[in-house]
Amino acid sequence: MSILVIAEHDNSSLKLATLNVIAAAKAIGGDIDVLVAGAGCGAVAEAAAKAEGVNKVLVADNAVYGHFLGENLGELVAELGKGYSHILAAAGTTGKDFMPRVAALLDVAQISDIIRVESADTFARPIYAGNAIATVKASDSIKVITVRPTGFDPVSAEGGSASVEQLDIVKDAGLSTYVSEEKAKSDRPELASASIVISGGRGMQNGENFKMLEKIADLLGAGMGASRAAVDAGFVPNDMQVGQTGKIVAPQLYIAVGISGAIQHIAGMSESKVIVAINKDEEAPIFQVADYGLVADLFVAVPELEEELKKVL
Amino acid sequence: MKVLVAVKRVIDYNVKVRVKSDNTGVDLANVKMAMNPFCEIAVEEAVRLKEKGIVNEIVVVSIGAKAAQEQIRTALALGADRGIHVETDEEVESLEAAKLLKAIVDKEQPKLVILGKQSIDSDNNQTGQMLAALAGMGQGTFASEVVVDGDKVNVTREVDGGHMTVSLSLPAVITTDLRLNEPRYASLPNIMKAKKKPLESVSPADLGVDIVSRLSTLKVEAPAARKAGVKVADVAELVDKLKNEAKVI
Ligand SMILES: Cc1cc2nc3c(=O)[nH]c(=O)nc-3n(C[C@H](O)[C@H](O)[C@H](O)COP(=O)(O)OP(=O)(O)OC[C@H]3O[C@@H](n4cnc5c(N)ncnc54)[C@H](O)[C@@H]3O)c2cc1C
Ligand SMILES: Nc1ncnc2c1ncn2[C@@H]1O[C@H](COP(=O)(O)O)[C@@H](O)[C@H]1O
Repeated sequence: MSILVIAEHDNSSLKLATLNVIAAAKAIGGDIDVLVAGAGCGAVAEAAAKAEGVNKVLVADNAVYGHFLGENLGELVAELGKGYSHILAAAGTTGKDFMPRVAALLDVAQISDIIRVESADTFARPIYAGNAIATVKASDSIKVITVRPTGFDPVSAEGGSASVEQLDIVKDAGLSTYVSEEKAKSDRPELASASIVISGGRGMQNGENFKMLEKIADLLGAGMGASRAAVDAGFVPNDMQVGQTGKIVAPQLYIAVGISGAIQHIAGMSESKVIVAINKDEEAPIFQVADYGLVADLFVAVPELEEELKKVL
Repeated sequence: MKVLVAVKRVIDYNVKVRVKSDNTGVDLANVKMAMNPFCEIAVEEAVRLKEKGIVNEIVVVSIGAKAAQEQIRTALALGADRGIHVETDEEVESLEAAKLLKAIVDKEQPKLVILGKQSIDSDNNQTGQMLAALAGMGQGTFASEVVVDGDKVNVTREVDGGHMTVSLSLPAVITTDLRLNEPRYASLPNIMKAKKKPLESVSPADLGVDIVSRLSTLKVEAPAARKAGVKVADVAELVDKLKNEAKVI
């Protein structure tokens, strides 16, 4: 078996999720090649070559891949992928965008968002917002798979010494062009890989009040998340949404503040090791999944939490 | 211009999902079904484009058993002009759905195809992208804003870390994210009117598509339940537990 893993990156650094995807590839077994497609992405290729378990790094460095447009990546990966038994990418917004195109061009099914490898052709994945886990067997000769990073412990970023090969394949589908980008800048750990996450919901009342949570996040070195209601209301940016249709997180500690615990939210955080809920409604469903529940007004409890944490940290 | 909207019949998003005791699937007997929420957003976007005078005809398609006609009628009540039902009792995987939609695209020649980004039952998030690849079209996935500009469409997408805007040549495929719009409710008079709008039924064979199954579901299980936690009396107890019991801070 030979597996092609598509690296996720921003042209300057390798996204950690790639290490989780390589771990999924190791669980399948076989030679693992990593494709780094981007523009000016040499440093990413070097980083990928150091990752544990990688055989070869293929680099497609060209302006047409610079913004990771699904149309161009789809053609590139479909062409390269023909020689492999499995093609894997992280189930982030980039992978979700181009991978189904790869599957369609190869005339094979895609298996989305796997959380477990049972064998080389059988995988477990959540369906119905994580209310059920399906074990599916794929019969196509090439398996196109997106991997939920939280399902796999990452391989080590160091220790590997893969060869690096430059590709000269330029695929410009000519269907789309990049216009602009607005990325939230933050010094906080990335939500998807933070070991502590604190999220606020509609109970926060406005964006200004999220500053209370920021103070806690700064104390704990935590990433910040939110419920859909908080995002829809414009309190915080969309990329902070945790849930079925937002980010999936599985930190050591997840703190939900003023979040009721709708199934769509739980779907994004139920794999967290320890869950804390602060909510003034003792009947709120979030308490059914919380290891530690505090029934309290958040406007009293959160400042108190800040003071108590300062004492012990 | 003409727009094609694909809508899927799924379990209502408010229903508590239960796994069948024989682990063959999810219990759908006597469960409330509805239009997939992302498809409602797709229909709404098409209707808004029509209200702006950019679109003159909205064709809505659903693939599935007879009952899927209910969701087509809902879309017609919301403002779509006519419906196409691709009738099949078989389970249709995303690639086959994309092939069926491609056949309809070939016939109808829409300038824009709008789908939901994800079905809330399979959570696949594939069909729109597959259709775009098969039809050789550009794609604006996870759209939070759609602006048609002559023979181009600018789509702002919800991506990890923020937003990204792409420009696509028409015809193109768009898949909707939650914040593209807030769908309206159908009024009673419009529900009545929808009953008279044309709804054509075709089979996969009519469209020249063989429904093959590439994935077999070996079992469906309930996720591991979290063990019940405790309520703490105050913030001091919470911090103490996090530090000394759970050891996570
Ligand atoms: C297709 C679809 C996809 C969805 N995807 C997602 C998703 O990915 N992520 C997601 O989060 N949601 C998602 N949702 C929405 C989800 O169904 C809920 O509507 C949403 O999660 C509710 O957010 P909330 O808990 O912040 O708000 P609410 O349900 O309004 O809860 C607010 C909570 O705050 C508490 N509160 C209020 N004031 C205080 C106070 N002063 N102190 C303490 N507590 C207080 C209240 O008791 C209440 O429990 C989706 C819905 C659909 C239909
Ligand atoms: N059976 C179907 N009938 C009509 N549209 C569908 C069907 N399956 C998927 N779609 C469309 O594709 C979108 C994404 O579905 P999926 O790829 O299954 O997550 C849905 O929101 C629909 O717009």
